Amino acid sequence: MIFREHRATLHGLFFIAPWLAGFLVLNLYPFVASVWFSLCDYSVLSEPVYLGTKNFQDLFQDPVFWKALRNTLGFAAVSIPLGTALSIALAILLNQSVGGQGFFRTLFFLPCLVPAISLAILWQWMLNGQTGLVNLALRPWLEGINALLGSSLKTPDWLNDPSWALWGLVLTGLWGTGQAMVIYLAGLQEIPAELYEAATLDGTSAWQRFLHVTLPMLSPVIFFNVLMGIIGALQTFAVPYLLTGGGDGPGRSLLFLATYIYQNAFDFWNMGYASALALVLFLMIVILSLAIVRLGEKKVHYEGR
Amino acid sequence: MVHSPQRRSWGSWWLAGLSLLTISGCAPKADSRTEGRVVLEYWEKWTDFEREAMARVVENFNRSQDRIFVRLLSVSRVDQKMMLATAGGVPPDIAGLWDINLPSFAENNALMPLDRLAREAGLRPEDYNPVFWRLCQSRGHLWALPTTPSVVALHWNKRMFREAGLDPDRPPRTMDELEAFNEKLTRKHPDGSLAQIGHMPQEPGWWMWDFPSWFGGPAWAGGDRLLLDTPSSRNFFHWLESYASRFGGPELFKLRGGFGNFASPDNPFFNGKVAMILQGVWMDNFIRKFAPEGFTYGVAPFPETTEHPKAPLTIAQTDILVIPAGARHPREAMEFIAFVQQPNNMEALCMAQRKLSPLARVSQEFLQNHPHPYLREFQRLAQSPRAQPTLCLPTIKEYSNDMMIYANLVLFGRRSGESAREEMLTRQQKALNAKTERWARIAEVHQAGWEKQVNP
Repeated sequence: MIFREHRATLHGLFFIAPWLAGFLVLNLYPFVASVWFSLCDYSVLSEPVYLGTKNFQDLFQDPVFWKALRNTLGFAAVSIPLGTALSIALAILLNQSVGGQGFFRTLFFLPCLVPAISLAILWQWMLNGQTGLVNLALRPWLEGINALLGSSLKTPDWLNDPSWALWGLVLTGLWGTGQAMVIYLAGLQEIPAELYEAATLDGTSAWQRFLHVTLPMLSPVIFFNVLMGIIGALQTFAVPYLLTGGGDGPGRSLLFLATYIYQNAFDFWNMGYASALALVLFLMIVILSLAIVRLGEKKVHYEGR
Repeated sequence: MVHSPQRRSWGSWWLAGLSLLTISGCAPKADSRTEGRVVLEYWEKWTDFEREAMARVVENFNRSQDRIFVRLLSVSRVDQKMMLATAGGVPPDIAGLWDINLPSFAENNALMPLDRLAREAGLRPEDYNPVFWRLCQSRGHLWALPTTPSVVALHWNKRMFREAGLDPDRPPRTMDELEAFNEKLTRKHPDGSLAQIGHMPQEPGWWMWDFPSWFGGPAWAGGDRLLLDTPSSRNFFHWLESYASRFGGPELFKLRGGFGNFASPDNPFFNGKVAMILQGVWMDNFIRKFAPEGFTYGVAPFPETTEHPKAPLTIAQTDILVIPAGARHPREAMEFIAFVQQPNNMEALCMAQRKLSPLARVSQEFLQNHPHPYLREFQRLAQSPRAQPTLCLPTIKEYSNDMMIYANLVLFGRRSGESAREEMLTRQQKALNAKTERWARIAEVHQAGWEKQVNP
């Protein structure tokens, strides 16, 4: 009996071994090493030299760190609510039984399949201040408004103007709403039709049904997407890095914490400082995730409970 | 406590294992050309015709003997990849880097000192233009040998000069003249916005960190102190600020928003939005490819505050070949590098890339057959006693990053020159201090190790 149990354990360990090895080598070791490096002066090629908490002290006095933190949090604060609202709206529209439903669902999901590099190059063109598609589309509207109101509104230079660059990035982020939309769509289809029928019999409006049936029933899915969205937004790297050609954007307006970590580690040879930055980012993600989970316990409606 | 560089940390073993895993999956297979030869892996940043030029030299080398085979591989972001491969203990045998990489790579023990190997290969400092030889040195050792170098000069659009009533063959010679010409060459639309400008420091802005030199002296002259508080640096920031006050920061910003990509017909120098730019010897390649039919331009020393016709100022840069620390075949690698340095091979490489030569002497054939119309002007500038190496700070990446950001803020009228300069000095001096402290901790061990390699 005991031998059989052991054998089962050994079988389990055998099958899990590749994952375990990958986790130990590619996740756990780099994490533990990074905690150690955050306390050292380390350039990758020389042995780390212990500095105590100096990297963390420097970090809190570094205005570029604060700028990157503001950009990261600002981007998350704008892009997550906007993306959530848009993907729920799209999911509701695509949940209606109309002709070409499958086609439209595929159409809205397709942009998610575009690799980040292609996406960044595409948006570089689309957001060009002079010849970009976004401004070409905006220009007639603004000219109409100007003619009507006598104002002098102009199309923004999205990627070169520090006050507009972050908004340009938010626009590029909306390109990927298809992914969340598909999950919301699955969530919507799980909501029992009887609930809507009962609410309709009670004489509720469509808005009231959305507010009191759809949203509570969809809350576990919203919770999941928001949590993933926060983690993703705080780790934003590829698109702004590529949009700015590896730089910080105008006036560092597109410098994110992940970019600053990368710059310090691989451009400036400050792996110790980069590790300290990464640890701070990790703690931020943990704290925010815990806060969201705690909030979810109060606000998320689970049907089975 | 400083560890011996020979001791490997767990991190190095981890990186080595990971690199081996990666390399074992994509290592090239041996073929008949490499049989019985030592195979050297050579990573180079070049692509397109620049890569082709070096590929021909490599081919000639492989044909010239039967002991060594060089395998050339184009690698993007070669400096970062070489750093990681070196840390993992599996570097290439040869790498083609940029001169500004040298100080940080050398201080981090990522390179092999070449003093002895170069001496044994018969490569002597007097065979090189001194400024390019200097660019290959750091901390008292030779770390690299040059390949294709460049110096920078003023390029001006002759058609725009004519249209502004200026003599198209008479460039500005002093900073005051540059700005007087600038006023004449600048045109505005009826609504007051800028249609074109004579000169704009950010176009292309690639040597922003070197600009104080044209105002009297560089922003760093070695050592542990930045010279951003000297009159030359102050004047440079004032000069930037003067653009915002003369042309209007928002107007300059709007004009710049309309500039197209550098490597395209929308380059503002080609399409007549900027009349005068600071550029390197390679600019002719882009002019041939992207400028409109009939585009005519001139090349001259970039103006200084006072004119020095016999000894003009220029900033020199060079692409370099290095042997990474831990390379498996350093002697064979040096043999290839020495082959590249032979005058005929060097001239063939530089001519195919349409650049000047780093060697002290060039053949008449090189001067006569070279496709660059202003090669002699660039050679003259490179040989000027006031040709200066580009700012090779150990913190050059942080420094250049900051300089671009602050220069933009000042030029577009968002910060005063003085406050930007002061903030830049505080931030960058701190970064330099950190590197100086690191160097103080490891210098003794590294220097001893290098000494052992140079004089075994």
